[in-house]
Amino acid sequence: MKVTVCIGSSCHLKGSRRVVESLQYLIAENNLKDKVDLGGTFCMGNCQNGVCVTVDDKNFSASPDTIEEFFKTEILAKV
Amino acid sequence: MEHKTDYIYDKNGKLIYKFDTKVQYIKYKVLREVARQAWAGTLLENVLDIPKIIVPGKVPTMRCCVYKERAILGERVKIAMGGDKNNPNVIEVIETACDECPMGGYEVTNACRGCLAHRCMDACRKGAISFDHNQKAHIDKSKCVECGLCAKSCPYTAIMNFKRPCMSACKVNAISMNEDKAAKIDNDKCISCGACVYQCPFGAITDKSFIINVIDMIQKSDRNKKYKVYALVAPAIGSQYSYAKLGQVISGIKELGFFTVIEAALGADMVAWMESKELAECGDYLTSSCCPAFVDYIHKSFPDMADHISHNLSPAGTIARYIKSTDPKAKIVFIGPCTAKKMEFQKEEVRPYIDSVITFEELQALFDSKDIDLRDLDEDILDNASYFGRIFARSGGLADAVRQALKEQNIDFDLKAISCDGIEACKAALLKKGKNLIDANFIEGMACVGGCIGGAGCLTHGEKNKAEVDKYGKEAFEKTIAEAISMVKLPEEHIND
Repeated sequence: MKVTVCIGSSCHLKGSRRVVESLQYLIAENNLKDKVDLGGTFCMGNCQNGVCVTVDDKNFSASPDTIEEFFKTEILAKV
Repeated sequence: MEHKTDYIYDKNGKLIYKFDTKVQYIKYKVLREVARQAWAGTLLENVLDIPKIIVPGKVPTMRCCVYKERAILGERVKIAMGGDKNNPNVIEVIETACDECPMGGYEVTNACRGCLAHRCMDACRKGAISFDHNQKAHIDKSKCVECGLCAKSCPYTAIMNFKRPCMSACKVNAISMNEDKAAKIDNDKCISCGACVYQCPFGAITDKSFIINVIDMIQKSDRNKKYKVYALVAPAIGSQYSYAKLGQVISGIKELGFFTVIEAALGADMVAWMESKELAECGDYLTSSCCPAFVDYIHKSFPDMADHISHNLSPAGTIARYIKSTDPKAKIVFIGPCTAKKMEFQKEEVRPYIDSVITFEELQALFDSKDIDLRDLDEDILDNASYFGRIFARSGGLADAVRQALKEQNIDFDLKAISCDGIEACKAALLKKGKNLIDANFIEGMACVGGCIGGAGCLTHGEKNKAEVDKYGKEAFEKTIAEAISMVKLPEEHIND
């Protein structure tokens, strides 16, 4: 599974660093390092809906406050 | 006909130029017209008409006659379109524009009063000064070594140094004159810093432009659908385009057709992180690798010290490499104050990552070629780097960032940094280090005085620019280097992948 978090300026100010850090932690915690490829990209062209996250090319809107829930439903449940 | 964006007025209706000098302004007009034609796809058709578009009447505005003006403008058009393909140097002389300034060195002027004291003679250690029957001083050029002591000693300041501005500006002594007395650049010595470009009062030395390549890249991307064109902006941008807000500059860059804008300063954060480790591990001293002109200077003038150049790519190269790891089809254009970057991006180790380079001057020409008035635009956001990455733009910033990176990584290392700006200061430090006369383990070198904010490709240069960069640095969302780089993988991690 490929998870990409936007780290462009707009998403950055909306908390993409905390999103990345949470995902890194949750992926390690759940022993998914071999199954989930977490990466960053600069801008997904959808700045209004940041923090932008894609899971295998499907677009999502995340935030530091909802990322744990997002991880459970979109990553943990589907990997 | 003057275009509406030819001049910029402040709130009180006072005229403010976008540039420091009229030389920059004429260069800009050429770039803007070349860009206009390139966007319209009519460049090849109209290329010969551009000089007449810029100087339309019969009255000369800059030179002896309109024909010479247009001939020189024709040369400027060629350079705006990439210049002489057979000359590897990105800095080029326009021979017809060169005024062949006199270059007599130290000469006694009419201000010599024929005094009794003859301090000039006493000051001269070479016995080069004699006096005629009016007691006026004369300099024997066969004995004079151009030390300047006579000029300093004269109470009437009657002795002047007549030196070509380009040669005074060139601290690596790469400029001489050819058989026609026009300036000539020795490519084996030239480090492409652009000091001569900024200093020549006739605009006879100029940097080649890649704007038409950039326009082509944007147009062929089909609105960033075929591939994305990224603008990588140097942190010195914090001191530029003072007539608009930075957020408006970012909007303007996107308006030109760039997909997004990224701070090269994030690459600076990455470099500071890696360079501090490299320094602590190397067991000797390092010289910085951020300034391409400084790196080139070491290779050309201090080849024995080349082993000590940090192995990091420059900040722009480092972040561009990272962007390409996330988007292999990306095209990356560096936008900055630097003419030497135009040389750097063609080097083997950088070529895969940076696709083109333009200066702030050229970016202004691109904005106006599309009639983009930054002041009309909404403010976009630029925030990728930390304070420390951003202050790389001014002298001392790199050393501050390395000190911070050592601290953040808990590396116990006694940093003894020396920050040199301007090639004369760099030369002094390298000479001393070569003879082990200074106790420094890190030499930060910037070819331009003040650092990148003094770059030849800046629109404006000035004292306040350092404060502007510091202010821009403080506005960064991330306060530490570790936070700024936590989202990007460093090259060593790529290797481990």
